[in-house]
Amino acid sequence: MKNYKEDFPILKQRIKGKPLVYLDNSATTQKPKAVIQAITDYYEKDNANVHRGVHELSMRASIAYENAHKRVAEFIGAEEEEIIFTKGTTESINFLAYVLGRSLKAGDEILLSEMEHHSNFVPWQQIAKEKGAKLKIIPITKEFRLDMKAAENLLTQKTKILAITHCSNVLGTINPIKELAKMAHQVNATLIVDAAQSVPHMQIDVKELDCDFLAFSGHKMFGPTGIGVLYGKRKLLENLEPFMYGGGMIEEVTQEKSTWKDSPWRFEAGTPNIEGAIGLAKAIEYIQDIGITNIESYTGTLTEYALKELKKVKGIKIIGPQDINNRAPVISFTIQGMHPHDVGEILNQEGVAIRGGNHCAMPLMTSLKLDGTNRASFHIYNTKEDIDTLIKAIKKAQDIFK
Amino acid sequence: MKITKEQAQQIDRSKISSSELTEEQEMYKENIIDYYKHPRNKEELKDYTCKHRELNPICGDEIILYLKIEKGKVKRATYTGKGCAISQASISLLTEKITDMNITEAKNIKREDIFKMLGIPISFVRTKCALLSLKTLTKSLEETT
Repeated sequence: MKNYKEDFPILKQRIKGKPLVYLDNSATTQKPKAVIQAITDYYEKDNANVHRGVHELSMRASIAYENAHKRVAEFIGAEEEEIIFTKGTTESINFLAYVLGRSLKAGDEILLSEMEHHSNFVPWQQIAKEKGAKLKIIPITKEFRLDMKAAENLLTQKTKILAITHCSNVLGTINPIKELAKMAHQVNATLIVDAAQSVPHMQIDVKELDCDFLAFSGHKMFGPTGIGVLYGKRKLLENLEPFMYGGGMIEEVTQEKSTWKDSPWRFEAGTPNIEGAIGLAKAIEYIQDIGITNIESYTGTLTEYALKELKKVKGIKIIGPQDINNRAPVISFTIQGMHPHDVGEILNQEGVAIRGGNHCAMPLMTSLKLDGTNRASFHIYNTKEDIDTLIKAIKKAQDIFK
Repeated sequence: MKITKEQAQQIDRSKISSSELTEEQEMYKENIIDYYKHPRNKEELKDYTCKHRELNPICGDEIILYLKIEKGKVKRATYTGKGCAISQASISLLTEKITDMNITEAKNIKREDIFKMLGIPISFVRTKCALLSLKTLTKSLEETT
C-alpha cells in the first residue's frame, strides 16, 4: 500500500518536535496537493463569474463549475440535475427544513434518531416549533445501533419526514438506510440522509439507497471548506420552490413576478463557491484514483486494529459498536478519570490530533450520560504506526493523571 | 474570546499551544490535577444568597456557583459542576480565593489574576475553560447588586 501521507503537504510537519499524527478526520480531512493546486490554477488561470459572460474566462469557469456537478453526480450515482451545491451539510439540511417545512401542518410528525449531529437535529426542532409539528426520536440499542423495532413503531401515517444520519459522527454506527427508505416510503414519508460521515468513506449509490435527499460536505473528503452537496430526487426537486432568491437562479424577472430556472440552478442563487466546487471535483477525482472501495477496506483494517489496541488499555471504554460490521472509521472512547479536553491537550504534546467533547451531539451525550468522549477518526493517510503512537500518548496521559 | 493584536497580525505557530513546562509550572500542573481530583468547596450551598450557572458549550464544562454574601463580604463560596481539569480546578481555586473577600475586591478580579492563579500556560483553545470560573463569578456578582 502506498504511503498517502506524501500527497498531503500539511502532514509533513512536526508538532512539539514530533511527527504530526492527524486523527481528527471526522471533523475535517487534510487536502492533497492536487486539490490545493486545482484551486490555485483556477485563480491563476480561469477565474471569472459563471453563467454570466460570453468571454473566454467565463466559459472556462462555467464549464469547470458544471463539470463539478457532473463529477459529484457520477460519484454518488445521481443525475447532474439532482446535485445542488451548498456551503455544507448544515446548509443542505437547513435548506430542506426551510423548504419542506413550508408544507408541514400542525400535528405532522418529523422523525429523527438519537444519534443525530446538531445539524440534523436543531433545524427540525425549530421548524417543528414553528409549524406545531411533533418531533419524535428513534432510540439506540445497548449495542449503539439504531433501534429498528422502535423505528418501525414510530413511523406512522403522521410521519412526513424521516431525517437520519447514515453514519454517526460519534459512534461510528452505520445505519441501514435502504431498509429505512422502504419503511419511510410505505407511509409516504420523505427520507433525508445526513451522509457527511459516510460519503468520504464508503461507496454510495443514491438510487440503490432510494433516499429522497442526501447531504454531505466537501471538506470531510479532501475538498475545501465552504462547499457541500444536496442531492434530491429529480421529481422532488422539480416541485420544490427555491430557498434563496437572486441572480443566477431566475429565468425571467418583471416588475410583477419572476420565474425560475430548472434544477439545480434555481437552487443556487448568487455567485456560487466556484473554487470550492472545483476543489471538490478534484478531491473526488483523487478518491476515484485510489478507489473508494480500497479506501473502505483499508480504513476498515485500521479501525479493527485500533479497536483491538484501545480495548487493551485499562480504563478505556469504547462508546460505539465493538465490532467492525457496519461501522465507519470513527472511534469514540472515554478514559476513566480524565475529561476529553485534558486528554486532547496532553495528546497534542505528543503530536497526536484527536477530538474531544460532545461532537455536536448533545442529545446523544445526555442519553448516554456522558460529558463527552475522545474521538479518533481515520482516513487513507493514517497507518498502524499512527495508532501505536495514539496508544502510547494515551498511556502517557494516564500517567500524568495517576 | 478576544484575539490580541499580535495574534491578529500573524499566527505564531510556536505559541498556539503550551510547550514544555518549567519546573515551577510542573508544580502548578500537579496542583491543578490535585484540585481536579480532590476538589475544594465542591458542594451545594443550602443558605446561599446567590446562585448562578454558566456553561462552556465547546467542552461541555458546567459551573454552578453558590455565594453567601453578608455585609458586603463573601462569607462562603461553593460550586458544583463538571468538566475538564482546568475549568474545575479554576473554579475550586477561585472559591478559595474569594472566601472572606470584599465584593468590590472580588469584582476586580481580572483574567490575568486567573491565569496567575492557575500558574500554567493556558493554550488559546483552553482560555474559555480557564475563564469560565471568572465569568460565573462576574455574572453572579452582577446579579446580587
